[in-house]
Amino acid sequence: MTTVLVVGARSDIARAIARSYAGSGCELILAARSPDALAGDVADLKLRYGTAARAVAFDVLDTAQHGAFLDSLGELPDTMVCVVGLMGDQTQSEHDVAAADLVMRTNYTGPALLFAEAANRMVARGFGQLVGVSSVAGERGRARNYVYGSAKAGFTAYLSGLRQRLAQAGSKVRVMTVLPGFVRTSALADMETPGLLTAEPEEVAAAIRKAEAKGRERIYVRPIWRLVMAVIRSLPEPVFKKVKL
Amino acid sequence: MRTLSGWGRFPRAECRVVAPKGEVELRSAITSASSAIARGNGRSYGDPALNRETTLLLRHADRILDFDPATGRLEAESGVMLADIIATFLPRGWFVPVTPGTKFVTLGGMIAADVHGKNHHKAGSFGDYVESLELMLADGRVVRCSAGENPELFAATIGGMGLTGVIRSAVFRLIRVESAFIRQEILRTRDLAQTMEAFEALRDRSYSAAWIDCLARGRNLGRSILFCGEHARVEELPARQRSNPLAFAKRNARRLPPGIPGFALNSWTVKAFNQVYYAANRSGVKIVDYDRFFYPLDAILEWNRLYGPRGLLQYQCVLPKRKAAAGLTMMLEAVGRAGTGSFLSVLKLLGPGRGMLSFPMEGYTLALDFPANPRTLGLLSWLDAIVAAHGGRVYLAKDARMKPEMMDGYPEFAAFRKLRRAADPSGKFSSLQSQRLQL
Ligand SMILES: Cc1cc2nc3c(=O)[nH]c(=O)nc-3n(C[C@H](O)[C@H](O)[C@H](O)COP(=O)(O)OP(=O)(O)OC[C@H]3O[C@@H](n4cnc5c(N)ncnc54)[C@H](O)[C@@H]3O)c2cc1C
Ligand SMILES: NC(=O)c1ccc[n+]([C@@H]2O[C@H](COP(=O)([O-])OP(=O)(O)OC[C@H]3O[C@@H](n4cnc5c(N)ncnc54)[C@H](OP(=O)(O)O)[C@@H]3O)[C@@H](O)[C@H]2O)c1
Repeated sequence: MTTVLVVGARSDIARAIARSYAGSGCELILAARSPDALAGDVADLKLRYGTAARAVAFDVLDTAQHGAFLDSLGELPDTMVCVVGLMGDQTQSEHDVAAADLVMRTNYTGPALLFAEAANRMVARGFGQLVGVSSVAGERGRARNYVYGSAKAGFTAYLSGLRQRLAQAGSKVRVMTVLPGFVRTSALADMETPGLLTAEPEEVAAAIRKAEAKGRERIYVRPIWRLVMAVIRSLPEPVFKKVKL
Repeated sequence: MRTLSGWGRFPRAECRVVAPKGEVELRSAITSASSAIARGNGRSYGDPALNRETTLLLRHADRILDFDPATGRLEAESGVMLADIIATFLPRGWFVPVTPGTKFVTLGGMIAADVHGKNHHKAGSFGDYVESLELMLADGRVVRCSAGENPELFAATIGGMGLTGVIRSAVFRLIRVESAFIRQEILRTRDLAQTMEAFEALRDRSYSAAWIDCLARGRNLGRSILFCGEHARVEELPARQRSNPLAFAKRNARRLPPGIPGFALNSWTVKAFNQVYYAANRSGVKIVDYDRFFYPLDAILEWNRLYGPRGLLQYQCVLPKRKAAAGLTMMLEAVGRAGTGSFLSVLKLLGPGRGMLSFPMEGYTLALDFPANPRTLGLLSWLDAIVAAHGGRVYLAKDARMKPEMMDGYPEFAAFRKLRRAADPSGKFSSLQSQRLQL
């Protein structure tokens, strides 16, 4: 039986990912700060897919406890998906150090250090998969969300380096970077976004499962985002400075 | 802020949208708002799921919470999609007791509009299968409502268009089916009298609804194709489906190309469609899958865009049986004269209703689609007058434009209002529709 741990399990993206794995017969461990709020999700996975699921408490900011958290799960999961993130309010993050710090730690140091502990354990075991949900916002810092974007950039770079290190060490442990564009989640409910660039949470899950099957390690959720980000990355700095994106 | 509309894309409004993740978030959204309305999947046609200050998007709250395979008793959060319920339970031999003509509706929306299906004459409306529900009130309290607990609030919430509070979850019963298929019978009729006779003669069929050619006039006025159906038993299926009667091919819905011009549906194309459709459906019996029988429109995603950027107006009314023939004749004549043509016109026999703001009442219901434009608005006011004169009523889930006087068609409206005042004294729960109709 394949076991999948999803951290940040209350996110709609995480819920779609959990359903996708449960639909393939995997056992799910859902982790969030308040596991009580996951009781409905646990029941849902069992009733829809007939698979086992349980909820556990986890705070990504509590980095000192990450190792202990993983060891408390019993067996180390086969796959770990980190969906934890925090957009924050850009304007607030510009003026309030504590707010910016929270965004940075929630998107970068917290997830990266969790994967550090997980990777070492998976390498020792000989197999495993780490899936990190980062963001296209990390591809180039933009005025409207650079505090969040820079933290996601850190996470993306961390995943890239970790992947290379494990490959060069000949480990079978795989690392996947997921770069969603806009996703129609509860968090984005009030935001008008272009339809063509906006995915449903289920599409993120489907993209991950497809990449997993095909052995892809760095994915955009809608293919069009690869193009959009290539253009944004290639703008010369003097031009980029002036455009509103 | 987001621009929202109902399925008809008329009217549109800038709304602040909040999608609460759980009970705690829902409570804080409700208590901090001065005005709010629940929204499921926005498949009502007009403005009942729109509130500029706070539109509470519930479709993410879609967990299935409990199921009893012995009785078919299902408990789920209100945002669960009908399509998901079917995909999960049909393979296990269960189906919903009542379904609207699209599966892209939420459980909450089905209860709040007390939806009816092609089986209303025999099976009643969706509300008849709801055992209990959990409702969050304007002050953030969650109350359980059922026939035994808070029975008045229960009755007012079924068909209450979100105006009593937010349905968090509900318990209802599924029905057993042997297969994923329907034994469909088609009967063509020549005129309205024959259509109504056929409905009466086929009363014992589980499902029945007629597509009515609203452009046929004179002698042919009211000519229809009547579709009846029964859940197919295993031995009725073609041999190759008998070994796996609950399996069904997933149909890939198609999307319309973007930028459909507003004139794609005009009186010419509608007339041509009606002619072809009438000619193509010969009387006879065949086995079709549930999707094709119940949800033919779901095969084309976003078909509402066929009506172009101005959107569409759907009009659905019910006339009491005694006066139905006279009233329907007047309405069809009015539609014929206006020449606008309704692409999809459906006639159906309804059984007795459950009161409050629930739409169904014993009689004939007619549903018509028109492009949203000033001419249509004029025609619909005229149809309102015919409905009122014949003691009928208009369906709130389809309405985007009627006047408060039309609420006279709901005899328990005053009682509903009283209950609503008691549950929500400040009138926090309100929609553009409830404001327009002074509900
Ligand atoms: C193609 C098509 C065919 C249809 N066929 C039929 C039919 O055959 N029979 C029929 O009866 N209807 C039919 N309808 C109408 C549809 O079933 C109803 O409008 C239904 O309410 C839509 O559900 P929704 O989840 O999209 O709700 P929405 O449109 O989002 O909301 C509808 C109403 O329900 C309220 N509501 C939604 N969720 C909650 C909640 N959790 N708590 C409290 N209130 C809530 C809203 O406030 C609003 O007043 C059809 C619609 C379409 C588009
Ligand atoms: N939506 C988009 O358009 C989009 C686009 C690109 C990338 N993403 C990324 O996709 C992920 C999910 O996004 P979403 O839209 O679903 O937003 P979301 O609901 O806010 O998801 C973030 C999740 O992280 C959890 N979390 C935050 N701080 C935590 C902590 N200290 N410890 C443990 N968990 C914590 C949250 O838990 P609570 O629910 O308990 O608060 C929440 O479940 C995020 O990483 C986001 O950056 C989203």
